[in-house]
Amino acid sequence: MTAERRRRHLLGVGDLTRDDAIRILDTARALERSLDREVKKLPTLRGRLVVNLFYESSTRTLSSFELAAKRLSADTMTLRASGSSVEKGESLRDTAETLGAYDPDVIVIRHPHIGAPQLVAAATDALVVNAGDGKHQHPTQALLDLHTIRDALGRLEDVSVAIVGDVLHSRVARSLIEALLLVGARPVAVGPPTLLPRGLESLGCEVSHSVAAVAEVDVVYVLRMQQERMDAAFVPSLREYTSLYGITPARVRPGQVVMHPGPMNRGVEIDPRVADSGASLVTTQVRAGLVVRMAVLYDLLTAPGLHVALPVLEVA
Amino acid sequence: MTLAWHNGTRDSLTIRARIADPTLGLDGPGVVTVEDGIVTAVEHVATAPAGLVLAPAFVDPHVHLRTPGREDEETIASGTAAAAAGGYCAIVAMPNTDPVVDTASVLHALLEQARDEAVIPTGFTAAISKGQRGEELTEMAELAEAGALAFTDDGHPVASAGLMRRALAYSAVAGRPLALHCEEPSLSAGGHMHEGAVSAQLGLAGWPSVAESLMVERDLALAAYEGRPIHLQHLSARESVEAVRRARRAGIAVTAEASPHHLCATDERVRTLDANVKMNPPLRTELDRQALIDGLLDGTIDCIATDHAPHARHEKDAPFEEAPFGVTGLETAFAALNTYLVRSDEVSLGVVLERLSAGPARALGLPVPAIAVGEPANLVLLDLEAEWTVSEDGFRSLSANSWLLGERLTGAVVKTVAAGRVVYAA
Repeated sequence: MTAERRRRHLLGVGDLTRDDAIRILDTARALERSLDREVKKLPTLRGRLVVNLFYESSTRTLSSFELAAKRLSADTMTLRASGSSVEKGESLRDTAETLGAYDPDVIVIRHPHIGAPQLVAAATDALVVNAGDGKHQHPTQALLDLHTIRDALGRLEDVSVAIVGDVLHSRVARSLIEALLLVGARPVAVGPPTLLPRGLESLGCEVSHSVAAVAEVDVVYVLRMQQERMDAAFVPSLREYTSLYGITPARVRPGQVVMHPGPMNRGVEIDPRVADSGASLVTTQVRAGLVVRMAVLYDLLTAPGLHVALPVLEVA
Repeated sequence: MTLAWHNGTRDSLTIRARIADPTLGLDGPGVVTVEDGIVTAVEHVATAPAGLVLAPAFVDPHVHLRTPGREDEETIASGTAAAAAGGYCAIVAMPNTDPVVDTASVLHALLEQARDEAVIPTGFTAAISKGQRGEELTEMAELAEAGALAFTDDGHPVASAGLMRRALAYSAVAGRPLALHCEEPSLSAGGHMHEGAVSAQLGLAGWPSVAESLMVERDLALAAYEGRPIHLQHLSARESVEAVRRARRAGIAVTAEASPHHLCATDERVRTLDANVKMNPPLRTELDRQALIDGLLDGTIDCIATDHAPHARHEKDAPFEEAPFGVTGLETAFAALNTYLVRSDEVSLGVVLERLSAGPARALGLPVPAIAVGEPANLVLLDLEAEWTVSEDGFRSLSANSWLLGERLTGAVVKTVAAGRVVYAA
């Protein structure tokens, strides 16, 4: 049976059609209601094993995947590893094959290098969810951001989103741009030329080097600015970056919402007054992270073609 | 000129095929007779078997034999057997081994080993700088005396313009050219693929074209200033081809290579994240590929060089950014070029054959293989119609990190004669 069934993974936003994305968001919305109950646990994935394999430190992504699996009654196991597989001595393929011996249903992997999830997908029979690979993709972050935007604005079609800051080093930005385009929203990347990758327009988004572009959009999505970028001279100083691109109250107009994937550098890319204002959706994003990751696990493990008997999700 | 190989028998044989020697202007059905390793007759006939072409065997100016140091990846025996299977009658090995070929004693040992185990004539290059560290020059005169065909820090650029200038000036004493890997390290540092639309989409750090072309321009300027010939390795960028073309017109003595993978493939392949499409310089865009083809056609690029770079399976079986640069190429070069360039009418068979044989031989001062009476037999018999699938277990090379794994190719080497001896027969 294993050989016949078509395995689905979530390695990148490119694995999703528009319908897939909307179905996952709808599932997340249904699951959100279940969280308002007194008993928050659903029996849906009882007996299933979800392994979290994290080669990079993470607070919100790892905790939300762990909790998502637990809320669906799956068994979970979390392995933290540091450094690249080369430095560690054991190759990623060997680690994946070792884990594969436990017959996990899903492996959630975060890795500092692009392509690690593909390698795990090839080396095991598990369904693989990419929880961030290098500067490449972070598809569940993109889905939770879509969920947040849809909840806040009531739609995704034609919503304009400015993604501000270090797009060059950001897997969040890359996945989000792709996901926004998938659902008919309009992303525009804003930042200094040194932090926008050459060829970015080829993704299909607009590109601007001026923070003035922020005034035009519905959603201001602020990216984290990392100190190490300064050391490599991508921008002359944090001070200059903040004065040119920092999202201050003066740069947010009424009616706009502000998002940030976290962790925030308050006072650098985002002014604390903005972060704590009513326009900020940062905590909504965290809550969305849980239900969207539940929805992703549910979608992968109960998809048609897998021939598993699972209770139908109540949408009441 | 020093080539070393294991002296075997000298064979006698007769081959009937379409005889194609672009340098001599031969192209038509014929019968070639070899007696005791020497071509004794080239006769025109009315017909020849369909699809079979007999051409001067190939010369590869750029091969990594990984010996000494990484004999698990390639040995002189396995690398030269792979070359024989690819239709080559001579190859030139790079010195970025462990230890680096930077002293006469290392070179002597390699030549001795090649005389024991090389299936085809094999030449060696030596490093420009000690340990390829880009700091001090090697003893070039002694190395040339010991048999170094050229000097190169291949794998690494010579970052210092000052050291490059001295190396060029001093190469006159050694009487050998410099073969240059052009890469400005401060622009390419950390890069894993061509910088452009695909790298922007994948989030892989870019190795931009300008990192190559800037160094090409620098080295051409220095070569002109010192009046010394240079050979430019594995060009990949459109701007580099244009720089070489201008330099040629200005009378600078420059020869240049392009690899089959840069001539046939683009950075679109990196989307697979397969580490077997990771090489240095990286695959570039279709515009760059077209510029390389134009360079091949007008002779700006005189050599096709495989840059055969074997890597152990476990090293390539890693996420893209962790995998080393380099792909194998000796056993697929002709089939790839025939499939991608000749059959699509982008390049004629004659140009491909010339750039695989006479071009590289001239660039490195080696005898030009020729199908003429009295010449030693250096011949490759090709079947232009044969189809085959590139598979991991089909290589004579000890490594299988080919960018063509799983692909169906058209064109195969049927027989290779090197220095008068049949070294490969399918």
